[in-house]
Amino acid sequence: MSPLAFYPLAFVCIASAMGVVLSRNPVRSALSLVASLFCLAVFYVFLQAHLVAALQIIVYAGAVMVLFLFVITLLNLESDRGLGEKPVLSAIGFGAGAIVAGGLIAALSRTSLGARAVTLVPTFGTTKVLARQLFGDYLVAFELTSMLLLVAVVGAVVLAKRDGSYEGDEQEAAVPARSEEASH
Amino acid sequence: MIGTVHYLALSAVLFSIGAVGAVVRRNVIIIFMSIELMLNAANLAFVAGSNSLGSMNGQSIVFFVMTVAAAEAAVGLAVILALFRNRQTVAADEIALLKW
Repeated sequence: MSPLAFYPLAFVCIASAMGVVLSRNPVRSALSLVASLFCLAVFYVFLQAHLVAALQIIVYAGAVMVLFLFVITLLNLESDRGLGEKPVLSAIGFGAGAIVAGGLIAALSRTSLGARAVTLVPTFGTTKVLARQLFGDYLVAFELTSMLLLVAVVGAVVLAKRDGSYEGDEQEAAVPARSEEASH
Repeated sequence: MIGTVHYLALSAVLFSIGAVGAVVRRNVIIIFMSIELMLNAANLAFVAGSNSLGSMNGQSIVFFVMTVAAAEAAVGLAVILALFRNRQTVAADEIALLKW
């Protein structure tokens, strides 16, 4: 990837990530996050991870962010006070974040990753190779993720269910009991 | 020429922004989005490492991270809905039931 493509894209990615944290309006935060995720998908394409890039757009920028926007609009939140309320604590947070970033970059710049030039095989990153690995080496983990998703769906439905609907269930349960009494 | 180190540095910056967002903001939904940002930074590091080592394992792990993140988003947003229904707030500092 040429620097002319990398740096503008990285700038947009970081700027929209900052937008997520700094924006007062939750909807604006969510849309900034979508922009950031799109930039990451472009990076994945340049890194020969085509399937991951497609999944990133479909799963993250599509499904997950729609879920976020749905909840934000459902709750009808007014813009909160953002960072303005406790400026000292916010400044401490940003300072700590800058230290973390500096430390991570200092540690990562000494990595041996990429020091040795690796020639990628022509099939690197194809769906076929990734699928062979997912359904071969990682088969057990793959099946466990299907269990995880099932549990998550059931959990989400149970948690998001209205409390009022339990009364409805009791009423429904009470109706056959009364008809039994009537038949006796 | 852009190498693996550049991608790792970008990943570190994104992770730090996500960490700051999770610490600084009060809105639970924004904290959630910051966590997604951190997961995505880790994904970028995995994909960059996978490319630099010529091994597909990193991309497989990204697949699993995405699955876990999707499950986490579904359950977490349901928790936020239930919380808002009971307390009429999504501010993290007003939810202090265990504090005495």
